[in-house]
Amino acid sequence: MQHEASIREPLILGNKSYHQATEDICRPVEGKANKYWWAAFIISVCTMLWGMGAIAYTIGTGIGTWGLNKTVGWAWDITNFVWWIGIGHAGTLISAILLLFRQKWRLSINRSAEAMTIFAVMCAGLFPIIHMGRPWLGYWVLPLPNQFGSLWVNFNSPLLWDVFAISTYFSVSLVFWYLGLIPDLATIRDRANGLRKKIYSILSFGWKGSAKDWSRYEEVSLILAGLSTPLVLSVHTIVSMDFATSLVPGWHTTIFPPYFVAGAIFSGFAMVLTLMLIARKVLNLEDYITVQHVELMNKIIILTGSIVGIAYITEFFMAWYSQVKYEQYAFINRAFGPYFWAYWAMMTCNVITPQLFWFKKIRTSLTATFIISIFVNIGMWFERFVIIVTSLHRDYLPSSWTMYSPTWVEIGIYLGTIGLFFTLFLLFARVFPVIALSELKTILKPTSAPKKEHHG
Amino acid sequence: MEKKYWKGLEELRNDAEFVKHKNNEFSELLPLDEIFTTKAENSTSTNRRDFLKFMGFGIAAATLAACETPVKKAIPYVVRPEEVNPGTPNYYASTYADGHDFCSILVKTREGRPIKVDGNDLCSLTKGGTSARVQASVLSLYDSGRLKTPTINGEEAAWAKVDQQITKELSDIAVAGGKVRILSSSIISPSTKAVIAEFVAKYPTTKHVTYDAVSHSAMITANEENFGKAVLPTYAFNKAELLVSVGADFLTNWISPIENSYQYAQKRKLDESKTMSRHIQIESMLSLTGSNADTRIRIAPGDVGATLLALYNKLGGSSSAPSFDAHEEVNKVAAELAAAKGKALLVCGSNDHAHQVLTNVINVLLESYGNTIDLDNPSYIRQGRDAEMTQLVNDMQGGEVKALIMYNTNPAYTLPTSMKFEDAIKKVGLTVSFADRADETASMAKYICPDHHYLESWNDAMPRAGILTLTQPTIAPIFKTRAAQESLLKWAGNDTNYYDYMRNQWRTNTYPTLQGAGTFESFWNQSLQNGIIEMDARPATFYTLQGDLSRHITSIVGNKKSEGIALVIYEKTGLGNGNQANNPWLQELPDPVTKITWDNYLCVSPAMAKEKGLRQGNVVEVKANGQTVKAPVVVQPGLHVNTVALAVGYGRTMAGKVANNIGANAYSMVSLVNGTFQMMAAAEVNKTLDADYALASTQTHHTMMGRALLKESTLAEYKQDARAGNPPVLIPVMEDHKQVGKAPKDVTLWAEHEFPNHHWGMSIDLNSCIGCGSCVVACSAENNVPVVGKDEVMRSREMHWMRIDRYYSSDADANDLKGMETASENPKVAFQPVMCQHCNHAPCETVCPVAATTHSHDGMNQMAYNRCVGTRYCANNCPFKVRRFNWFKYSDNDQFDYNMNDDLGKMVLNPDVVVRSRGVMEKCSLCVQRIQYSKLTAKKEKRKIRDGEINTACAQSCPTKAITFGDYNDKNSKLAASTVDERSYQLLEELDVRPNVLYKTKIRNINPNQA
Repeated sequence: MQHEASIREPLILGNKSYHQATEDICRPVEGKANKYWWAAFIISVCTMLWGMGAIAYTIGTGIGTWGLNKTVGWAWDITNFVWWIGIGHAGTLISAILLLFRQKWRLSINRSAEAMTIFAVMCAGLFPIIHMGRPWLGYWVLPLPNQFGSLWVNFNSPLLWDVFAISTYFSVSLVFWYLGLIPDLATIRDRANGLRKKIYSILSFGWKGSAKDWSRYEEVSLILAGLSTPLVLSVHTIVSMDFATSLVPGWHTTIFPPYFVAGAIFSGFAMVLTLMLIARKVLNLEDYITVQHVELMNKIIILTGSIVGIAYITEFFMAWYSQVKYEQYAFINRAFGPYFWAYWAMMTCNVITPQLFWFKKIRTSLTATFIISIFVNIGMWFERFVIIVTSLHRDYLPSSWTMYSPTWVEIGIYLGTIGLFFTLFLLFARVFPVIALSELKTILKPTSAPKKEHHG
Repeated sequence: MEKKYWKGLEELRNDAEFVKHKNNEFSELLPLDEIFTTKAENSTSTNRRDFLKFMGFGIAAATLAACETPVKKAIPYVVRPEEVNPGTPNYYASTYADGHDFCSILVKTREGRPIKVDGNDLCSLTKGGTSARVQASVLSLYDSGRLKTPTINGEEAAWAKVDQQITKELSDIAVAGGKVRILSSSIISPSTKAVIAEFVAKYPTTKHVTYDAVSHSAMITANEENFGKAVLPTYAFNKAELLVSVGADFLTNWISPIENSYQYAQKRKLDESKTMSRHIQIESMLSLTGSNADTRIRIAPGDVGATLLALYNKLGGSSSAPSFDAHEEVNKVAAELAAAKGKALLVCGSNDHAHQVLTNVINVLLESYGNTIDLDNPSYIRQGRDAEMTQLVNDMQGGEVKALIMYNTNPAYTLPTSMKFEDAIKKVGLTVSFADRADETASMAKYICPDHHYLESWNDAMPRAGILTLTQPTIAPIFKTRAAQESLLKWAGNDTNYYDYMRNQWRTNTYPTLQGAGTFESFWNQSLQNGIIEMDARPATFYTLQGDLSRHITSIVGNKKSEGIALVIYEKTGLGNGNQANNPWLQELPDPVTKITWDNYLCVSPAMAKEKGLRQGNVVEVKANGQTVKAPVVVQPGLHVNTVALAVGYGRTMAGKVANNIGANAYSMVSLVNGTFQMMAAAEVNKTLDADYALASTQTHHTMMGRALLKESTLAEYKQDARAGNPPVLIPVMEDHKQVGKAPKDVTLWAEHEFPNHHWGMSIDLNSCIGCGSCVVACSAENNVPVVGKDEVMRSREMHWMRIDRYYSSDADANDLKGMETASENPKVAFQPVMCQHCNHAPCETVCPVAATTHSHDGMNQMAYNRCVGTRYCANNCPFKVRRFNWFKYSDNDQFDYNMNDDLGKMVLNPDVVVRSRGVMEKCSLCVQRIQYSKLTAKKEKRKIRDGEINTACAQSCPTKAITFGDYNDKNSKLAASTVDERSYQLLEELDVRPNVLYKTKIRNINPNQA
């Protein structure tokens, strides 16, 4: 329990009782799936299968099935990778950094944001593997001892840093997320019978809800939050180093780490909004995920979106200021070269649209928020495309300049990961409580209006 | 009645038991019940659990067995052939002479198969240089499209039967007194000529007609008229201070391109004396030679005569020729020529008699004969007489020719359609072709008696008076082919094999002319080992003119037609006259100027494209000489405004799977003017409604965008300052609050590598590189670089380890980035070979997660294919974009049906270089296999490696010696000397990646008065 000023808007509407909250949040898990869920699920699974087919075709035939060439060695593959990793940033930020800042409003969204993080990282992790020419040897990027029959890895390579950064991020996020789930799983266990009870008993690791349990839970949460916080910053920093440490004009930029982190949070929040706006409607959680939550998230979007916008402009300034003609050309080519449309799509979606959130009317409008959140997702995809493709396709020697266009295989794989993401998310929504139930109860009743209530 | 067999006595007796089971396949049922009942569990038979165990084991075992790599058995020699040491190459001196090109070569064989052609240093003409076509010829040996046996009317037949029938038909014709004709391209082999003479002696009605697809007939007739010598002279490009070429593409196609290139580059190498020749090219289309010219003047193809006449008049010609309003720049050329008398050379590529007479006249005025032109040691490389060919076709049409034997010629493809060769050949009774495949002409012949490939043959060659070379077989004939000479001898009733015949020729003709050659055996062995003997050249003498000029002037004036669009028909550097069109290496070699592969296209000047609304890839209809062909448009700067150009060598229909139906046949539109085949015609160009045609180009951006990548300067500036065009690269840094410039190596953050023994590197003289692409093919041959085909090149995925960047100059202002993308209307052209730069601070090495690309202790950037997982990060981070990724499996893949997809074609692979698998990165290795080989040899001989002992394939093949390979640690090496040359620079030095490849600035000898 925490003391709240009575003039603050309540975070949860509808004056819910503890029991009501439990009922509301457990309903999607305990009840039957409605037809919207099934429709979404079938579409997601089909898309995912298409993507898997495209991956199988790629691995069977060769990377030549993509549109890459001698000059543009990465395109949709790494664009998608960075995009998904970026999306995966919001979860940890919300659960770790907002926890440390004691932002209670995070409690309505942290669970699904974290799940989203994990699924997004899974989608992201797919790309570095399948983009390899010989993915069956992908384990060679791990520092396996020589007895294993291979050589030691190259610790100078940012790709190797990626391997560590992403695997660490994924495991810490997964543990943190699961830890938070344990008390809620126990709640479901307590309400269930038969096989269901058995499964949830195993999943809840014998949670008793004793004071000792809670105390340990709190301690571990704090430790993990402490561990995750630097990870939020480190993962995208390291991903940005794939580019920043290279010498490709347009990649070789020291601004990349902060700019990528801001961009990642920006896109992560946009994706959380996209998902939450659907989920609150479909799962009848309007009272738990309120306009206030949306507005708060929109404020973060304004902030990160503006950072990203400033970063774009700074890059241009630095190119001019550096007097390096390759660098200057790279940026002029971005804005006015053959891929100008991608650049302006990025500028419109990422810099201009989020500024609309300065209007209270827009940032409290769910429809507007939903549309803008989609725009931001598109814009952030284009940002990575612009960085990767427009920098590569015209670098130092004009004799090698060329163009890139994707094939159906690359498009298929991208859509496939979206299918995978939604499949996992839909399953999550049916199996686990989408809102951190036990934690939510700490803010259900403001301290200013105490009322004895039956627990559970 | 049908006989009845019975299975046993039971059936015979019709036992009841037998009848009951008669139709059951198994007389006893399988004990399935027993196996699957629980009752059986305790019994001794297999129970369910065991069954599952066995099944599990079976599946696992089968799976494991399936995982094993298939074993390919190598069979050792039972009796090891003499000279063959596994793993050690043997080199045989030989000669490439295909009736079009000549080159003295060394053939590298491994385990009995030729795998690579190198130049022969002992030849004073080619000096170890080769051309793309010579380099690629080894692959033509392993062409699965070759005929495997002789054929009669397209049916396979035995040699004995073929010989019997042909001999009979020939003697019938001889008895009846019918005309027999042998049609061939230029034969430079004295022994082959002796064979033909013997054949003529046997069948006296025989006449030998020489016809070259790309003819120099007019030069021969002009020399005959002017000097009484029906030959081509030899040229000394290395003696000409001023070289003017009117439409002669002498660096890659004209007469003896390898020799010409060598001489040309010798005169343009820069040393302390700081002198070089000046080259002016006056031409209509942008040829490779024109791209290398210091000054290039564009004229309409119909203005060649007028230009020559203008030169003649300005040089004080005493004709009463009407004056032409010639190009003002041509007048300046005349002034320069006049000043360079005795040190100048004018060559003309036209096949018009009058033009060549005028060229001779001007050269006489310039005192070139005896100085830069040698008519006393003539060249035999082209002997074709167009008049004889037209006469032959007329005779054939008239039914007078009874027998036609065709050797090394393909008139059905190369003659203009208007000659109607297809009709003519049908009127000949006996038609024999020696072609190696059923090509356009051979398929119309009754008999095809396939000749050996030159790498399977004995032969000799006399490219010029006083120089004799030998061709020796480097592999036993792969198919049931026979030397054409042997066939002719056989039909003439002489059963000697050609080897003995040729040896005898040498014994009786050549050997006696040489003093002090020892015994014939030793002379023969020596000649064979060297591949060449050179006798002392006769001194070149001065010539004066014979004959009357006025009628030629009248002819030129009469033929002047510079109005309207003119089509120029040209030879490409890769395909030449098209005889090796089925060679995928040549098809994939980008044209040095357009950089387009795998296609024929119509070059159109930007001005004409604008006027007619044409864009690259639009399909147009070209009408000329009554022929209409369709071709895609390439907008090509440097063309004369009213000129379009189409290459020969394409449009083959029966050359084989690689070449068939690629592009249009430009030969069909060749003009027959004044009795000679002329490679130009008045044309009409109309846009069609066809969908745009996609062209596969390896370079889609043509200008340097104001970047100092290919550094150049002019001779005048260079004379003042050796660093002209190559100022030191400085990085601005702050020191004591002041901005100072520092060399990139002084501001580095990197630790240095140590090179204790060797430090390999390369220096490329951009002033010598002519862009001919010989190195590109040599590299592919040496390093098993796969051919990927047009579709993949279109996706910018060509695999060449080495490329030649071609840049056009632009007129735009340096700040106008958009404008700089467009080349000038008549651009300056420059070539820059680029391969892996073997950076000492290699950006690729740091980014590879698995350390698959690393730096060696002798300075090379190495690629461990087996370790590569294919992230392509290295290629992205390579500023030179020289890394090539295996997007697909390029061997044993029907999608890439080139030489690596059939067993015969795979024989060309170099066993020292691995064939890369799908998904790995590859790139230039500086021919590491050659370095290792020489290191081992030196080690065995307990000595240090000598400078020049190791040579990379590219450097070795270069006809102009533009590339120097060596060891930086060897302070006396040529390479070490390059490091202090003021012209040397590193590409993108500002990045401080420290390439081991140096470039030397290109210097243009520009006359300040001339553009």
